[in-house]
Formats: sequence, structure tokens, C-alpha cells
Amino acid sequence: MNGPIFRVFVVIVGLFALLVAWTSRWTVFDAEALRDNTKNRRELLQEQKIDRGPIKDRDGNLLARSVPGPQETYDRRYPNDPLFPHAVGYSYIDRGQAGLERFYSDQLSGDHGEITSLLDQVLSRKREGDELRTNLDPGAQRVALQALNGRKGAVVVMEPKTGKVRVMASVPGYDQNAIRNSDEFRRLNNDPDSPLLNRTTQALYPPGSTFKVVTATAALDSGEFTPDSTLDGDSGKVISGVPLANSGGQDFGNISLTTALTNSVNTVWAQVAVKLGKDTMKRYMERFGFGEDPPIDLPADEKAPSGEYRKGRVLSPTSTYVDVGRMAIGQDKLLVTPLQMATVAATVANDGVRMKPWLMSRITDPDGRTREDGEPQEEARVMSESAAKQLQEMMGNVVREGTGTAAALSGIEVGGKTGTAEIDPRQDLNQPWFIGFAPLDNPKYAIAVTVERSVGGQGGTVAAPVAQQVLQELLG
Amino acid sequence: MSARNRELLALIPASLLVTVGFAAVFIQEDDLISDTSLTYGGVFLGLCFVAHLIIRFTLPDADPYLFPLVALLACFGLVMIFRIDEDLARDQAQWFVIGLIVFAATILLLRKDYRVLERYRYTIALVGIVLLLLPRVPGIGAQVNGAYLGIELGPISFQPAELSKICIIIFLASYLRDTRQVLVQGARRFAGITLPPLRHLMPLLVVWGAAMVLLVFIRDLGSSLMFFGAFLAIIYIATDRLSFVLIGLGMFGLGAWFFANTVSHVANRIDAWQHPFDDQLYDAVGGSYQIAQSLFAQADGGVAGAGFGQALIETPTGAPILPAAQTDLIYALITNELGLFGAAGVLVVYLLVTERGMRIAMLAQDSFSTLLAAGLAAVFALQVFVIVGGVTKLIPLTGVTLPFISYGGSSIVANFLLVALLLLISDRARREAQGR
Repeated sequence: MNGPIFRVFVVIVGLFALLVAWTSRWTVFDAEALRDNTKNRRELLQEQKIDRGPIKDRDGNLLARSVPGPQETYDRRYPNDPLFPHAVGYSYIDRGQAGLERFYSDQLSGDHGEITSLLDQVLSRKREGDELRTNLDPGAQRVALQALNGRKGAVVVMEPKTGKVRVMASVPGYDQNAIRNSDEFRRLNNDPDSPLLNRTTQALYPPGSTFKVVTATAALDSGEFTPDSTLDGDSGKVISGVPLANSGGQDFGNISLTTALTNSVNTVWAQVAVKLGKDTMKRYMERFGFGEDPPIDLPADEKAPSGEYRKGRVLSPTSTYVDVGRMAIGQDKLLVTPLQMATVAATVANDGVRMKPWLMSRITDPDGRTREDGEPQEEARVMSESAAKQLQEMMGNVVREGTGTAAALSGIEVGGKTGTAEIDPRQDLNQPWFIGFAPLDNPKYAIAVTVERSVGGQGGTVAAPVAQQVLQELLG
Repeated sequence: MSARNRELLALIPASLLVTVGFAAVFIQEDDLISDTSLTYGGVFLGLCFVAHLIIRFTLPDADPYLFPLVALLACFGLVMIFRIDEDLARDQAQWFVIGLIVFAATILLLRKDYRVLERYRYTIALVGIVLLLLPRVPGIGAQVNGAYLGIELGPISFQPAELSKICIIIFLASYLRDTRQVLVQGARRFAGITLPPLRHLMPLLVVWGAAMVLLVFIRDLGSSLMFFGAFLAIIYIATDRLSFVLIGLGMFGLGAWFFANTVSHVANRIDAWQHPFDDQLYDAVGGSYQIAQSLFAQADGGVAGAGFGQALIETPTGAPILPAAQTDLIYALITNELGLFGAAGVLVVYLLVTERGMRIAMLAQDSFSTLLAAGLAAVFALQVFVIVGGVTKLIPLTGVTLPFISYGGSSIVANFLLVALLLLISDRARREAQGR
């Protein structure tokens, strides 16, 4: 009977081989799909047990922290008076994550990659999250929010030399702690005022005349124009076959580019762009970062590219759909984020070099060792230093004697540009803007301010005063 | 070196495992090694040593590797259960003591000649069948997940199928010793198939009937597969006729197909097996939640495993993430914590136990001993296949235990009995082989 016994054993070996094969199927071949299965809540439950690191503002105040919950879990808490809900975001097991909480989730939850976590396992070390220190400035943020005073809009302040983002104000805001409640979360999601939207990086607004700074950059840096080049500033110039009016229909006669910027003369800048052509405009827009997501440290779906939009998509400035003369003055199909316009101002202020905007200042492990540093990072040289200096001077004139006088500070010179995009002329709805920097001779801060659907508001009367208050707080 | 000294040496891996295992659990949970861990380890090693002494004095020629392999599995199981719940481990340790008492009693009782069992073959068969049907007796039967596998007598719950499998194997081995010649010689070729003579086929049809009863009344596909598989193995070894196996498989397949289509419980189990992530089946009571979680746990383990004591068993609020982690799904937990490598290692140990059993069968001098040893080894291996196959979704999941590792008294007692029988056969066979 030994033959059959052996054959039975061979069959059993075969059956056990099947068991190993099926075990490998779940542990190796199908493991990825099983981990991503929506019914699989293991990863979420595992994450709940991690003591996520805190998020702090530049002064060390807590913007987010973990508190112990039941059964060795942790729950996320945010300040009751939330200053930076959009930048910080939230992190809840049932709701998901947003903002810095999401962008730096690996670091905050102490996930340092395969090898380190394997080592943690072997040494049975408890996973602890890193601390995220941001560049966010609570004092200036508070002033920005107060200055907006409940009006929907956004304020962004960057340090031109380093790209550090000091203010990221988006109104209306929301209470991150309330997200935990599913009814409240639904209400916030359906709110027509879109409080969850980060208006500084996601909202797309027509830039109005603030875009003339981009056109001026192309004019000066390309060598086609100087600040003293003169052009006919009369209203009603025919651009792309249609007459273009100046603000209030005003005729300026032959004026220099400096004067044309100071008084925001549409016809002059439209002619400049027509002369430069779409290719040149495209080159400078791309150098400023138009057409792509701003390189800020936020999740990709919380930021939008600026540029000419058609059917929800960004067009190349060389497209036949683009009216280059009207684009040059911020009209046509141009839509921008406040962060993009702050970047334009910061680039001029930084003598033509565009820096990467940084929310993160430093990431440190629980022992205080620095893991990552938000080192200043150059994105592009947009224009020559001399062109930048000329443009700084021209923008100084705007605040000194032009449309932006409301942004002026006592004792400190400010450079800037106003903008007023018409949203709905029949209801007199405008989108007022101010972009600028201060101090003029050695810029420390660049700013962009905009207010949504302001009734009869002008950039110089609505947005510039907000910038003035924020810059006053920062420099005062 | 004598067989017994080799056995003693072979116990070293088990002792190391139990020591390291308990140390690991404690480091994980208490950050220090407390007295209880040492007590546990010490007591358990003491028990292994006592068992070794029993074998040394009563069965000096028995296979030296069988007991150490079993001890390795038992140690591993105890550490796993200790990691799940300290109280369960205490119960389990007590069951090990009872299991060892049964083990010793069996050896002492049958030391002279275990072949007396043949004399009581029909009584034993009857006991086996009655045991199988007990879970359906009102008052003591208990339904778990729709299957009737356990009985409850006051505080004691018991899975009679565990003991029943040994009874049925004893019966088959002794019955086939007598009739194997007749079955082979009296067989007729009919339409190209070799059919055994009808008169001797009847008892075998009874076994097939019993397997179908299991399927319908006990509602457990897994244990009926285990019974019937062992039956086919033993009849094949007795007759060396592949056609019997094919006919048997055909009959079983037909019966299973019929009942899968008519008995709703069996049909549900098969649905849950095929579509574990279906929303309705997933949320249904006794649906596919368990098998889905088993697969998630294994995926979580990967190749190397999450690490000992790292797997999630329940949510922070105490809801089970891995239901029945200490019994049905303990293999999923092992895979989760020790990965593919650890799980394959456990399977290799089971295969080695089976290999020892088959080797004992080959060495045995008389047909009854050969058939009994081979049958016991086969039913042991098939039990592992049924539960691990269920947990890995190779076959529908059922509620049999993973021998020596799963939590459960009847499983431990019955499997110690099984090992005692194998050692008894081995002792005699090796002595006879050496001509003493």
C-alpha cells in the first residue's frame, strides 16, 4: 500500500502548494487592490492611532494639534478663532484632509518611507509625527481679515526675496473643528458663498489693470520700450477691430509709459501688447508662472492656473481666440488667482527673480531635529534687474500720484498697481484689485488684495486701503 | 542517538519559540517582561517535558519528530492567542493540560495493543455518527454563523465533529482492512468503469450519506469536505483503485451541487465566497464581511508581515475588524503579522506533521495500522486545507479549527488523541521493523 500512500501525500503537498499560492495572491499580487478597496478601513483606523505633529504659525502659536481620544486614538483640534483655515486645512478620518494637513500628511504622521517604518516596527517604536512650522503671520493675517471686514475676497502677502507666504486670507472662512460634524460639513459644501474654497489659490478672477504690470514687464525687458516711450493715450483706439475706451472715456494725448501706468491708460497698454505680439506676451506670462499651477506647497486640487480661459480650460496666449490688446489690460478671457498676482508683484520687487511661494518654514522631528527646510527657491528670472528697477519706479508713481494713493504709508514709499475689472456693468458690480510692495527702495513684502463683486468699488478705493492697513501692520 | 534523545533535542525550537514569543508580546504591550510571561513559558515548557517523559517510558520507539512538531504548533498557537487576549490564553493553556491528560490516558490504555479498537468498530462508528448529529439536538445544539458545529452543555461548549473525525477514521481503517481484498477482486468493469461489488459498497455509501448529512443538517461544507476527502484517501490507499476515487468525487460533487442549489444556507455561503465585496452580501448577517476582512488582513500583512502584535483586530470602539480572529480567522491574523513567509512556514510545519504520519503508515506492518495512520494523517492535513483554504478564499469559508493553533478545547483534545494514536502505531511499527 506504500505506492498509494505516497501518491496521497503528493496530492496533499499539491493542495498545500495551492494554499501558499492563494496566500501569495492576497499578500502580494492583489494586495494593492485590497488595500485600496473602499470597504477596507484598516489604513484609516491605523492613522487614527498616530499622534500627528502640530502645525504652528511663524510665532509658534498652534494652528493644529492632536489630542488623545478614546482607545489610544487621536483627534485633530484647531483654534476656536481660526485665522488660517484654508492654508492649514483639516484632517479627519471620516472627512478626509485638506490644505497643509494633506500636503504634509506623511511628515505630520511620521511616515518617513519604507525603510524607516520597517525599522520602527522592528524596534517597536511608536510612530510620532513631525512638527510643521509655517511662515504664516497671525498679526498681519488678523489685520487682513479685519480690513476685508466680511467682504468676500482674498489677501496674499509674500516676502519677495524668500517667497515666504506671510498672509493667506480668504473670506468667508470656516471653523475647521466644525468639519467633524457631517451635517455641518454638508452645509459648508453646499453654501453658495463657498467658504471651503481657498480664494487665494483656487478662485479665478479677472485681474483688471493689475495685469498691466505683466504687459509693462514685457515692454521694458524685451527692449521694445522704455519708461519714457510715448504713445497716443486717447480713448477709443481701435484694438482688434473694436474701439477700446479708457476709464471714464478720458483722452490723454501723447504720454509716456510711466504716465500710462500711473493713470492706468487702457489704450496705451493695448497698443504696447499689439506691438509686442502674442509670442512675446506668452513668453513673459509663462515666466511669471501663468498657465500652470502655482508652485506653492498645497495639494494640486486646491490651486488653479492663471491665464486665458475658454470653456473651463487654459488657452495659450498665442491662441487665435485671444485678443492680445484686451488681454494686456486684464480684460478678454483672462482669469487669475490672487496668489498669481502677488507673485507678479513679488517678482518685480525681487528685481525680476520669481521665487517659489512657501507656506512651510521648517519641519522638525519630535526630538527637534530639522528634517526639511523651506529654503528660498528660485523659479525663474522673469526680467532683467534694470527692467525691474524701472518698473519699481513706475509702480512707485502709481501710489505716489496715480490711482493707488490710498495704499500710501506715512514715511514709507509703496509701489503698486490698482485694477478694477467690470463684472456686471448693469448692476455696477466690480472686482477691485491692488497689487504692490513696500518699502519701494528695499521691498520686504509683496501683496495682492482683491474683493469679490463690489458694488461700484474701484481698486484704488476698495482694495488699496486694505493693502495699506496690512502693510502698515507689517512695517509699522 | 536514541529516538527519545532526538525528540528531546527537537523540542528546543519549540522552547525557543515560546520564550521569544511571550517576550515579544510583553515588550509589545507592557514594555517590560512581567512575571506572568515567564510563568506561562515555564509551565508550558514543563508540560512539553512531561509529555516527552510519558512517551519515553511508554513508547520508547515511537517517531521522534512528531511530538516536537506538534509542540511547535501548540507553542505558536498559544503565543498567538496570548497576543489576542490573555484570558483566552489561560483557558487554552488549561485545555492543553486536559489534552495532555487525554494523550497520556490514551497511550497508557492502548499501550499493549491499540488494535483492540477494531473489535469495537461499529460502536465507534455509531459514536462518530451520533457525535456528528448532536449539534442538531434541540437544547444542546448551538448554531454559529448558520452552521451547526457545536454543542453547549452548561458552561462547556464542544465541537463534536473534532472527535467524530477520529471515530470515523478508526471505523474505516478497520472495515477496509477486512474488505479491501473483496472490493478489489470482486470489482466488475461496467461501461469502462471499475465498480466495486454492491454488497461491500453499502457501508461506503453510508459514509457518503454521512457526508451529505453533514452538508444538509450540519450545514457545513468544510467539515463534510474534510470527512469525505479523508474517506477517499483511505479507500484509495486500501484498494489502489483510482476509479473509486473518481466515482466518489463525482458523487460528492453531485451532492454538493444539488444542495448548493436547494439549501439556502449553503447557497449563501457560496455566494459570499464568490462575491465577498458585494454590498448586500457584505452587510448581511453571516454574509461576506468575515471573508472580506480576512483578505484585507492578509493584504495588510504582505510578504514580511506587519510585525508581531501589530495587526488590527478590532476598532478603537471595540467592533471586530477581524471577526473570530482566535478561531476561524487565526490564519489570516498569522499572515497579517508574520506575512506570506510566516504563514508558509506554518503550513510547512503542518506538512511535516502529515509527512511523519504518512511515514508511520508506510512503516506499519499490518493493514489496519497502515490505514489508520494514513487516514489520521490525511484527515489532519485536510482539516488544515479546509480552514486555510476557506480563509484564503480558495474554497468557501467554514468553521473548522486550525489544529493546535486555533482557540478551542475540543480541537486540542481531539488532536492530541490523534497524535497519541499515531505515536502508538509508530512505536509498534518501528519496533517490528527493527525485529525486536
